Amino acid sequence: MTSTRDGTDAGGEAAAGIDHLFRRESGRLVATVTRVFGVHNLALAEDVVQDAFCKALEVWKIRGVPDNPAAWLMATAKHKALDALRRERTARTFAPDVDRLLRSEWTLAPTVQELFAEHAIRDDLLRMMFSCCDPSLAEEAQVALMLNILCGLSAGEIAGAFVITRAAAEKRITRAKQTLAQAERLFDLTSAADFAARLPAVQRALYLLFNEGYHGASTAHVVRAELCDEAMRLTRVLLDGSLDATPSTRALAALMYLNAARLPARLDASGNLHALHDQDRSRWDQRKLAEGLRLLGVSATGEMLTEYHLEAAIASIHAVATSADTTDWAAIATLYDRLLAIRPSPVVALSRAIAIGQHEGPERGLAEIDAIADRERLEHYPFYAAARGDFELRRGRRDVARKHYETALAVARNPAERRFLAGRIADCGENFVTSQSATRTPLPDRQHIRPQDPDAAR
Amino acid sequence: MSEFVFLYRGGSRPTSPEDGQKVMEKWTGWFKEMAANGQIVDRGQPLEGTGKVVKAGGKSIVDGPFAEAKDVVGGFTVIKAADLAAAAAIAKGCPILERGGDVEVRPIMKMEM
Repeated sequence: MTSTRDGTDAGGEAAAGIDHLFRRESGRLVATVTRVFGVHNLALAEDVVQDAFCKALEVWKIRGVPDNPAAWLMATAKHKALDALRRERTARTFAPDVDRLLRSEWTLAPTVQELFAEHAIRDDLLRMMFSCCDPSLAEEAQVALMLNILCGLSAGEIAGAFVITRAAAEKRITRAKQTLAQAERLFDLTSAADFAARLPAVQRALYLLFNEGYHGASTAHVVRAELCDEAMRLTRVLLDGSLDATPSTRALAALMYLNAARLPARLDASGNLHALHDQDRSRWDQRKLAEGLRLLGVSATGEMLTEYHLEAAIASIHAVATSADTTDWAAIATLYDRLLAIRPSPVVALSRAIAIGQHEGPERGLAEIDAIADRERLEHYPFYAAARGDFELRRGRRDVARKHYETALAVARNPAERRFLAGRIADCGENFVTSQSATRTPLPDRQHIRPQDPDAAR
Repeated sequence: MSEFVFLYRGGSRPTSPEDGQKVMEKWTGWFKEMAANGQIVDRGQPLEGTGKVVKAGGKSIVDGPFAEAKDVVGGFTVIKAADLAAAAAIAKGCPILERGGDVEVRPIMKMEM
């Protein structure tokens, strides 16, 4: 399926072109119209944007897409917003700071004109992003809300990405929107203290979104790669925002670029998963690697060492290594030590054990796995048993390894993982050359924390 | 070669931006194919769903004339094809068919001189 490849490779904004135009613009339009209408009128704002899209579609499908579709959409949304403001102004109040100006026909049009001006709409997306990460919402609700409002994904598409039922996704989004609509106004970006207080939640939601794309349980690979793209796009919005270029946001962006650079090699054209060791490193996206390393470089200012710095640093070590054998596993193990101290989690502990095993041999790796405090929480995580299988295989204990791989296969979450693990089981039966097996690790190149994982924030 | 008009009727609204994107891409692809085959005479125009009908004699002007949204012509395109059957075959590729809409194919009357 070529679309898998395309989805995986479509990283850059420029390359995207008309692709995803509707979704991309949807977030910007809803954010801007909501800024005018007031967050309590979110549903009305969404209706107006939907109308604008339908209008665009009716015209474009026959006349073709215009040269500047984004400007066309914004202008259409502005006209539709004006109609709605005139129609609804006796029944509703709008954004408190401009409500009075929207009521008089004298000031209505100039005010709307002003609010839709380029300099005004720049921060609307950021404001909406911060509003979505309201602390009264659970993390998965924040992520779902961002996907729906800012990325234009429907409840059905979000359900597909998170492997939940459509009804569950709808409920999650509807409730989150109710909470959002109860807020008196959109997040105020002008208060530096409020911004700093909310920023970690926003970063966390973006991080979860990226991880869901990178290693989610979804079977639809295309959607997954797109989630990574969306997370990166929103992180760029955050980075480019007038207020924020904090070291931790740069580190977050760095870890996304460095890991996303490996996506083309991680999943091949037929949707097969490739472990880091088996990846064709020439397929890594050099542009993203360079940007990731640059961002990591500029993130090293300030006092705070965040988990994002550590994850980005780990990814950068992989990025600069020419092969798995020449990777600085000792440095990676040390970084995992520090990550474990900041964010204790059995998945991080497992990654650390694997790095130690790579560095000091399979026996040490197995001992470290046995030492993971709450390792029973990893039982439903297929790469836990697979890691044991790998170390056993490297020790030459093929039958034991096979049993571990079979355990892993039983909890595999999608066809790619199943094919991957079935391949490992086949390896156990072959007359495997030990030196070759020693260079293989079942890990599909990166461990992390996802909402569905046993160590998720609950 | 004869010329024909495609009249587009009905078709559901997109359910999400992504859905709208897909619809857009299908139309773009369909038009591209027709253009590549040299079949387009005039891309045509989209039409608003509202309008007036001036009744015989000019005494009465009514809104409409459409009873239902699905009967509204949403736009038209002029194409050329060997005959009506060939024109209908081209219309079969129209993405509106996947969204519950239809295409009316009408030969343009020729002035024989």
